[in-house]
Amino acid sequence: MRFGGLTALDDVGLQVAPGSVVGLIGPNGAGKTTLFNVLSGVLRPTAGTITWKDAPPPGRRTHHLARAGIARTFQGLNLFPMMTVLDNVVAGADRLATGGPFSLITGLGRHHRDERELRARALAALERFGVAEHAHRLPGTLPYGLQKQVALARACVGEPEVLLLDEPASGLSGEQIDTLADQIRGFSQDMAVVLVEHHMDLVMQVCDHIVVLNFGRVISTGTPQEVQADPQVTAAYLGTPADTPGDANGAAR
Amino acid sequence: MSSPTRQRAERAATPANPSAAPSEGRWRSLPSPLRHLLLAALGLAAVTVLLFVTGDLTALRVAAVGYTMLAVAGLQLLVGGSGQVSLGHGAFMMIGAYTMALLVLYQPMFPLSVNMLIIVVVAVVAGIAVGAATARLHGPYLAGATLILAVGLPGLTHRYHDLLGGSNGINVRTAGAPPLLQGLVTDSEWKALVVWTVVVVGLAVLAVVSTGRLGRRMRAIRDDETAASMAGIPVGKTKVVAFVIASAAGGLAGGLQAYVLGTATPSTFTLALSLTLLAALVLGGIGSLWGALWASIAIVYLEIWTSDLAGSLGLSRDAENNLPVVFFGVVLILVMRFWPLGIHGALQRLALRIRPTKSR
Repeated sequence: MRFGGLTALDDVGLQVAPGSVVGLIGPNGAGKTTLFNVLSGVLRPTAGTITWKDAPPPGRRTHHLARAGIARTFQGLNLFPMMTVLDNVVAGADRLATGGPFSLITGLGRHHRDERELRARALAALERFGVAEHAHRLPGTLPYGLQKQVALARACVGEPEVLLLDEPASGLSGEQIDTLADQIRGFSQDMAVVLVEHHMDLVMQVCDHIVVLNFGRVISTGTPQEVQADPQVTAAYLGTPADTPGDANGAAR
Repeated sequence: MSSPTRQRAERAATPANPSAAPSEGRWRSLPSPLRHLLLAALGLAAVTVLLFVTGDLTALRVAAVGYTMLAVAGLQLLVGGSGQVSLGHGAFMMIGAYTMALLVLYQPMFPLSVNMLIIVVVAVVAGIAVGAATARLHGPYLAGATLILAVGLPGLTHRYHDLLGGSNGINVRTAGAPPLLQGLVTDSEWKALVVWTVVVVGLAVLAVVSTGRLGRRMRAIRDDETAASMAGIPVGKTKVVAFVIASAAGGLAGGLQAYVLGTATPSTFTLALSLTLLAALVLGGIGSLWGALWASIAIVYLEIWTSDLAGSLGLSRDAENNLPVVFFGVVLILVMRFWPLGIHGALQRLALRIRPTKSR
């Protein structure tokens, strides 16, 4: 992935197996969010491909990938500010509904039945994320922690097969992060999760596999233990010479 | 004016009352198109009663409120629903009006319903052409592009003088009440009824769209395009669809206007009309189809009242012509100053303030 003369991602490979949690870490500016934007179709790679279930994805636009089953949350949440919490989540389930314009206007066919199903599904998701009592409020009136839960509910309600989480723990308290870790492990029963996160305790706790990026290149991959022991990772985070044996725990902070 | 009756009429005609009464559980379970069609029928019945109460003189004004409301409601779906600001809505009204006038002139045998269908088709085609060209434009750039339409289109009447009649426009005679009802309703009343029949059906369709999935998709795009596309919503396509629906409503409104007034002139569809529609929508309240009702009443009646006022004060001709614009501006500023959400927003707040005291 190149932006003009800047190569933001260079020869980066990432595989996500069903039901696994992949952590994507690296110092600031390493290209984590850029890789996310490529995966979700927000950016088109200058070179390279995305393979979805051993085949090219059904289209290159963001909504094609989303309809195929890739959902994501945003660093800035990007909730719909003028829609109620419930409508926010119903909109997230859009890919599950069928019934075209004819069905919408005439009331025949599936459209209106599906709308009711979406609503029920969204209410269930709100219940699951503990924000059901705020269903009819605008997201901006909720505290940040709850807004994060709404964003998670919106991403999960469409039953995606891959869930991309962009810094889900930022701005949360320790207690909330523990809840989040449980939730992420819960997601991985139904879907694969890719996680960009600076909070290393969380990453080490929930990830099956970790990819470390630095300056647009993969510098290390493996299980949390392997990555923690990799001196290159320490070097990337602390800037110590690679020949000095690094303290993996220090790197994690 | 018996505005309470009118309000009730509109209340029935406009959809999705957000503060549904508790007894509406069964009502809510009806399929949305059926529900809105019933409301439309109720609205039409109320307008009919209103027409019989007020008589022939106000019929044309009632009709004017009707077609203006349809135009503003279309704009509401576009601006309030999908967040695209169009300054060219008047141009689609003009397309509808001229289509109607030409059809009556050259195909007098076509029944009115066929004319209406043709107008919708023409407006949809125009909407697709403009909407597809402008779908990638945002905010002021879209407004600028549609501005060209509003400024340029009336000029076509001079370019094609023979067909479109230059600045005199086209004058036609539209049929009045059918012979069967001759003694029962006057021609104006009949026309008002025809207008309102089309308007309530149009409003019902707009209401079904905006309360259905399409409306939610539009609102999602309005609020955050990236998040909307990541939820699987095709952004470009939905924006074009919103534009096309709005232009169909605008075209239909213009067609109805030509049918009632029997004339289509370029001076009716200037940029001022597009701006007035948009300003009136803001005045009425941009977030709900309800706003369209207050907007259309404001457009029709502010002008009548101010010119009456100017007449009774014995002002000069120039002052009389310009006073409505000044008055409209003053009202708009005042409403925005005190009720930033428009008249409908103010009414909603009032309802919220009354309800808790009632339940206690």
